[in-house]
Amino acid sequence: MDLATFWFCVIALLWLGYLFLEGFDFGVGMLLPVLSRTNEERRVLVNTIGPVWDGNEVWLIVAGGATFAAFPGWYASLFSAAYLPLLLVLVALILRGVAFEYRGKVDTDRWRRNWDRAIVFGSWVPALGVGALLATNVVGMPLDAQGNRVGSALAIIRPETALGALAVAGFSLLHGALFLSLKTDGDVRRRAARLAMRIGPVALLPLAALLAVVQLRHGSAPTAVAAGLAALAAVGALVVLASGRAGRAFALLGAALAASVISLFGALYPDVLPSTLNPAYSLTVHGTASSPYTLTVMTWVAAFGTPAVLVYQGWTYWVFRKRIGTNHIPPVHVP
Amino acid sequence: MDVLDIARWQFGITTVYHFLMVPLTIGLSVLVAVMQTAWFRTGKPHYLAMTKFWGKLMLINFAMGVVTGIVQEFQFGMAWSAYSRFVGDVFGAPLAMEGLVAFFVESTFLGLWIFGWDRLPRAAHLACIWAAALATNVSAFFILAANSWMQHPVGIAFVDGRPRLTSIWAVLTNPTVLATLPHTLAGSFAVAGTFLVGVAAWHLARKHRDTPKDHPDRTVWRASLRLGAWVGLAAFAAVAVSGDVQGKLMFQQQPMKMASAEALCNTESPASFSIFAVGDVARRDCESVKSVTVPALLSFLAHGDFSTEVKGVNQLIGEYQAKYGTTYPNDPALGSLAGKPINYVPSLPVTYWGFRLMIGFGGIAALAAALALWLTRRDRVPRGRWFHRAALAAIATPFLANSFGWIFTEMGRQPFVVVPNPNPSGVDGVWLYTAQAVSRGVSAGEMLTSVIVLTALYAALAAVEGFLLVRYARAGVPGVMPEYGAAPSPAGEDKPAEDVLAFAY
Ligand code: HDD
Ligand code: HEM
Ligand code: HEM
Repeated sequence: MDLATFWFCVIALLWLGYLFLEGFDFGVGMLLPVLSRTNEERRVLVNTIGPVWDGNEVWLIVAGGATFAAFPGWYASLFSAAYLPLLLVLVALILRGVAFEYRGKVDTDRWRRNWDRAIVFGSWVPALGVGALLATNVVGMPLDAQGNRVGSALAIIRPETALGALAVAGFSLLHGALFLSLKTDGDVRRRAARLAMRIGPVALLPLAALLAVVQLRHGSAPTAVAAGLAALAAVGALVVLASGRAGRAFALLGAALAASVISLFGALYPDVLPSTLNPAYSLTVHGTASSPYTLTVMTWVAAFGTPAVLVYQGWTYWVFRKRIGTNHIPPVHVP
Repeated sequence: MDVLDIARWQFGITTVYHFLMVPLTIGLSVLVAVMQTAWFRTGKPHYLAMTKFWGKLMLINFAMGVVTGIVQEFQFGMAWSAYSRFVGDVFGAPLAMEGLVAFFVESTFLGLWIFGWDRLPRAAHLACIWAAALATNVSAFFILAANSWMQHPVGIAFVDGRPRLTSIWAVLTNPTVLATLPHTLAGSFAVAGTFLVGVAAWHLARKHRDTPKDHPDRTVWRASLRLGAWVGLAAFAAVAVSGDVQGKLMFQQQPMKMASAEALCNTESPASFSIFAVGDVARRDCESVKSVTVPALLSFLAHGDFSTEVKGVNQLIGEYQAKYGTTYPNDPALGSLAGKPINYVPSLPVTYWGFRLMIGFGGIAALAAALALWLTRRDRVPRGRWFHRAALAAIATPFLANSFGWIFTEMGRQPFVVVPNPNPSGVDGVWLYTAQAVSRGVSAGEMLTSVIVLTALYAALAAVEGFLLVRYARAGVPGVMPEYGAAPSPAGEDKPAEDVLAFAY
């Protein structure tokens, strides 16, 4: 495999890491009002991801930075073409990050209610937005020969965009519910487990539909195998979930996500961003890649950096492995 | 306004805003680590109280630094796509390294530190704050390496109209970044030091004029004030020394920026430095500008002696035109500027005053720190309301100095975004006009929407952050550590019930 292709795979991997980790973060945020009745319970939910959400978000930052370094044209065209949708995602991420940190800093219901809204908004919108962006990236955008968008701000929106949005949001809901049933205790845990069972099949339908649509239009034999594995893992997840084994369901759902990402990025290859106007304008892996020297440097950095990140992020999950229940929540103390 | 102007306003607003949070995080995170180390080694409870109090303020600020940073990461692609395509081969690498090497460490270990008080052994917990604090400094290195490359392109070959990286080592040891890093870090410590002084002076003067010397709260504020003042003074010395090095590099690398810093119309030898000016510094004929000047100081800043010739704007225009052309290329990507004459002179009022305000505000901060040390010598607390008022007001000055420093640096390189470097250590012939850098597929309406949305959101969040900082700063130690001073039990032993989290959002 040449370096450019290798880096295409690395970027797919970074998105996978992001979707997996922030997927359950988003799910927790999206389910905040659904699974809690009291402020204590809301605090239980928020604190399941308290120590880790920022580290998870860095996967997005590194996915962006690595794309800039390895495929500058891809970074430039994708983010400028999707200007307004991306702005909306950024606004949501801003509100969400601040909300986690500030929600408990003043002891009034109004203050908390407003930040809870920010968390819900800030979790739904990026889940939908990132899904929309990735799906649109796979099916292509109206780009001219210079890689600039042709048409209005919303010219990039297509049916697959909506499917992608729902796919990631649905996945995140289920992933988040499973995560909560593994990380919490008491009523919240029971509610999360019940919700996961109830929404399971429906939540994964858009993802299945997206995989099918992309496969029919852009697929090849290997991507079909990946899509098949994704479907298999997803069904497996639903089956073990029905027998109440949330841990295995969570792992299988992760496998389904991995296979889905492989299938989608596989369908994209050898393009990184197809043009819907003229295939000759499409940005390709080899046409957009940085110089071999840059890619070599980046490979060394990644070879040392990535294992370290996995180790210490893994360690964090180990340190905070205990389930949280309302009995663990300290009383509110603010000045 | 066209897309270019709006994009520039946007970048200026979001970046200056990001750099309000950044220096406080950089400086304060290290100082909190120092405080916790002091507690770790001595076991004195007031060090723990300091760690918790300043740590809380640091975290309130950190959250805003993180969320505004995300915008930074994506706006190169969104608003400056032509720039991103041009520089990506070189510029993306340090940016990606920053994420992989610094941001992951910073965010993960800060999470461990915040929630790990009772989950980790004491030494491991201390190591976490050090990891996070050092990572913020490492992140500064990588982003400044990227920025310095734009000021002074090195380590590349020019292939097919684009720079291609040939030596990452050259980019990471660019003389420009080696000077900029200490300057920017020192500027950050000036911010954190002055912040400590301001808040601690307020507490001392408001509540502890007459409390006994060993009052636990008084100990906290005295220790904080003196730490902050010393750090502030040292930082100012470091800023002056590194700034002098930067001046010499700027003289070699960016002569036009050098001339603009002084609004120097015509070549002078020796060149004097003006402290301030009355009148319009942008007048090309140099008439009607009265200024108070120090003879030969500019020559010293430029080259370390009192006689060096410093070129003036009028002479440099000719040199730049001879080297880089008189008109923009006839390229449709340049929009309304295509084929128009190039203005090689940055906005002189901005550069002239930016430079002076940077130094001036920094000087005020240093003065405030020195004064605070003197006034609180041997356990004194000054009477009179002016003391804590002045100390509080001084908090703003190093923030302003930092902002003006950046505004000067970035405006002073106009009309280029990647600046050509005729001097031997840089690679000449590589440049990009700011006008060529902006995204051409994005409409003015979209760009304007984002400026309005981000500015409004940032303004609202500034109000929230300010409100929280004031509230927690006022509340003092009891706001974060109610048990402090109540019963003088050795810290750490009065843990809450086993299964309750030591900290939860
Ligand atoms: C000299 C230092 C410096 C400078 C010039 C910048 N930053 Fe910054 N940035 C930091 C120093 C820093 C920091 C100290 O590391 C921050 C501030 C507070 C924080 O949380 O980390 C940070 C946060 C931060 C984050 C969030 C990291 C996280 O989630 O933990 C991102 C993505 C960026 N920055 C990106 C940028 C970009 C693309 C910049 C260029 C325009 C930029 N920063 C200028
Ligand atoms: C955090 C400190 C920084 C501040 C306060 C700052 C400030 C500014 C300002 C005020 C502008 C607008 C200048 C103008 O339009 O005339 C600008 C432009 C710009 N800066 Fe910076 N900057 C900072 C750091 C950086 C860094 C670290 C980079 C790159 C790594 C960078 C890259 C740019 C780019 C690409 C532009 C847009 C083009 C332009 O208008 O010149 N800046 N910056
Ligand atoms: C004796 C005092 C100072 C001198 C001689 C000095 C000199 C300089 C010079 C020459 C530059 C421009 C570098 C370039 O663009 O090539 C600069 C930039 C800057 N200065 Fe200062 N400075 C001084 C004080 C301060 C203070 C007190 C602060 C903040 C507390 C500060 C913060 C900055 C910042 C943030 C920049 C932009 C980033 C950079 O290029 O390093 N400076 N300074």
